[in-house]
Amino acid sequence: MRRSIDGGNMSAPRDKFGRPIVVVTGMGVVTSLGAGKKDNWTRLTAGESGIRTVTRFPIDGLKSTMAGTVDFVRVDPVSSTGLTEQLAKLATEEALEQAAIGGKADFPGPLFLAVAPVEVEWPQRLELGRAIGKTDFGYEDMLRVSGGGRFAAFHHRFMFGSVASHLAETYGTKGSPISLSTACASGATAIQLGVEAIRRGDADAALCVATDGSVNPEALVRFSLLSALSTQNDPPQAASKPFSKNRDGFVMAEGAGAMVLESYESAMARGARILGVVAGCGELTDSFHRTRSSPDGKPIIGCMRKTLADAGLEPEQIDHINAHGTATPENDKMEYNTTAVVFGDHLPKIPVSSNKSMVGHTISAAGAVEAVFSLLTLEHQRIPPTINYEVPDPAILFDVVANKARDARVTAVMSNSFGFGGQNASLILTREPA
Amino acid sequence: MTEPTAPAAKEVWITGIGIVSSLGEGLDAHWDALNQKRINVDDKRFAPYIVHPLAPVSFDAQIPKKGDQRQMEAWQRIGTYAAGLALDSAGVKGNQEILGRMDMIVAAGGGERDIAVDLAIMNADAKGNSSPAFLNERLMNDLRPTLFLAQLSNLLAGNIAIVHGVSGTSRTFMGEEAASIDAARIALARIESGQSEIALVGAAHNGERPDLLILYEFGDFNLTEKYTPVWQRDDKGGFALGSAGCFLVMESREHAEARGAKPYARLTKVVADLAQRKQPGAVTKSLEALWPKLGVTGDTGNLITGATGVGPVTSEEKEFLRQHPGFAVRATGTMFGHTLETQFPLGLALAALSLSRGALFPPNDPTGLEVEKPGVPDQIVVLGAGHWQGEGMALVEAIK
Repeated sequence: MRRSIDGGNMSAPRDKFGRPIVVVTGMGVVTSLGAGKKDNWTRLTAGESGIRTVTRFPIDGLKSTMAGTVDFVRVDPVSSTGLTEQLAKLATEEALEQAAIGGKADFPGPLFLAVAPVEVEWPQRLELGRAIGKTDFGYEDMLRVSGGGRFAAFHHRFMFGSVASHLAETYGTKGSPISLSTACASGATAIQLGVEAIRRGDADAALCVATDGSVNPEALVRFSLLSALSTQNDPPQAASKPFSKNRDGFVMAEGAGAMVLESYESAMARGARILGVVAGCGELTDSFHRTRSSPDGKPIIGCMRKTLADAGLEPEQIDHINAHGTATPENDKMEYNTTAVVFGDHLPKIPVSSNKSMVGHTISAAGAVEAVFSLLTLEHQRIPPTINYEVPDPAILFDVVANKARDARVTAVMSNSFGFGGQNASLILTREPA
Repeated sequence: MTEPTAPAAKEVWITGIGIVSSLGEGLDAHWDALNQKRINVDDKRFAPYIVHPLAPVSFDAQIPKKGDQRQMEAWQRIGTYAAGLALDSAGVKGNQEILGRMDMIVAAGGGERDIAVDLAIMNADAKGNSSPAFLNERLMNDLRPTLFLAQLSNLLAGNIAIVHGVSGTSRTFMGEEAASIDAARIALARIESGQSEIALVGAAHNGERPDLLILYEFGDFNLTEKYTPVWQRDDKGGFALGSAGCFLVMESREHAEARGAKPYARLTKVVADLAQRKQPGAVTKSLEALWPKLGVTGDTGNLITGATGVGPVTSEEKEFLRQHPGFAVRATGTMFGHTLETQFPLGLALAALSLSRGALFPPNDPTGLEVEKPGVPDQIVVLGAGHWQGEGMALVEAIK
């Protein structure tokens, strides 16, 4: 324990740039592998897959028929936004219980929520259509029956701010809660916003949550039409093949990750157990294309370098990379090429793994889910495997943690997230304050 | 070694403004329209619903590649266009060195749906002849593959990066009116603290969308039959959706001075909260709690509000305004309609524009709540109270 004796702000535990150190004091996670850190870690390190054939709705006519759905959580009425909210609550409750911070429904800081964009969904749209009472109707007819309070609940459910609003009320977070999307990097961005708020001194604690429960027909179709999804439907658990030569896309999945972030000073003052440190965050936008990375990889390279600089670490100090590793042909190749530039000769010494081989791509939640897994990796000194790694891609020379978990000395993990719209974000997580 | 105490907050200037709306595009057009009390409403196209349609705009002027325009739906084109105007206004358009490190926070909803596809599926379902596979098959066959990218919230920011090269950081906040209040709040906090030097902040809204009319009709929020100015709407009230895009370039004073940029105004403070609106008066109480945090210096002044015109929030906002009778009020909803995420940046833009022109634009309100305010304003409060949640305010000040 490091407590300065000269008092005042000068004594606050700060990083080498003079900023408050940001630590993690509570974590929660839900994926298709289960609810909670314990189940997830056990199954993750055993190399189990949470991917299965979708049973929630008919799969006839779909090209990709599997997903990492969270089927053990049900919401009524059925909606992806409702499930998204419920997953967020499960993860948040686990994180708050561990952090033991604030009173009941009285979290002493702001909420940053990564959440999928919200819109009216098909079950509700069809319900509205049936209420019209005739066939061959147009939008004017839909409008005619929409008002009068009969569908008032649809308004609230399908506002973009609805999930954050309910979480803010339930957990008593302070101020205006922020809902955000940076596509597949959203989870990392939520954590980054929390880190920035604490570093500014705006808050001593922040609740950062990322959630996605959006496996529904239209979401699958949308990604399918962009040729982003694996179509290796049988067996579903073998579909997600990061870094393999025969990879053919990602597998959609659901989940949530939650973190209680605190200034080191405030965590120490209340005697909280410190689970790890968010040592650095970085992001850099790619302006090349809506779905593809700049061929020279410069934005991703820049993103990782900004993150290293933000953490005050050299590439040689990173001893594990929790890869974005979606298993799309483009992502994995680009991720290898750019990582090789940043880490150079040190890269062969860094074990790399993709949690998405087992839990699929939890989209808006992925950055936070994988940050939780990165901290569990630090805690257990054991790296979860990349399963389905049977046919290595000869162009990707990562030291992939293939098929079986690996015990390793891990002190600093880089977790990467890259998304549509040129979104690149990276985090560096460490065990102890530097 | 950085001094381990928080440095003094940096002063933040608004150095670029881009507006496109139902009243036209650019600062001169808007200043003229406001002074002429012009209002552009269409009560026919979606009758009985009323919208403020986007004025004719040549998108080529800011989005030169037709291929880029085709990849976007209207809300993204409006926003990308307004962002280009803001970058031009700040004098940084094409400046790769600055754009490459410019931070961006966009407040966004989602994009247009393919209405023909939706209706075909709904009609088949209502006829009872849809098999379990029907929805999947129709979506797989009928949706345009790129429509998803035109709908995704963060792809307005993505398009601004592609078209204009804004490529430092990119964050998209969601959550209706509050999203842009928070976008301004976070951008200001980051620049004040040195986490950022220059940022592009704003939003876009296409109000001419049947799918949005339906969404708001669920909550009985739409104004119907006859257009009236915001303050004239009765207790049930309603909003007329408006189309608009508005972006601001904000930067630290040092950064602006180093590049010789001329400021429109200073952004001094942004505060926000989320009242749980379960008791009558919750909004009034929330606004009253925010007011002392703003740093308003006197009992008289100027206030631009994005009041929606829906009940009960606008009535509760009126109650708050009654507590501050020395403030000359202007409601943007009267002229621009309700532009959701865009309403707060629009208020900031009009505040900065008014301060830079040395006058508050005239009232446009037959009820008398808005009054003439001669003289040169030195502070303008911008207020936003969302139609169902979220409250916030900003203080914009003249740079003498």
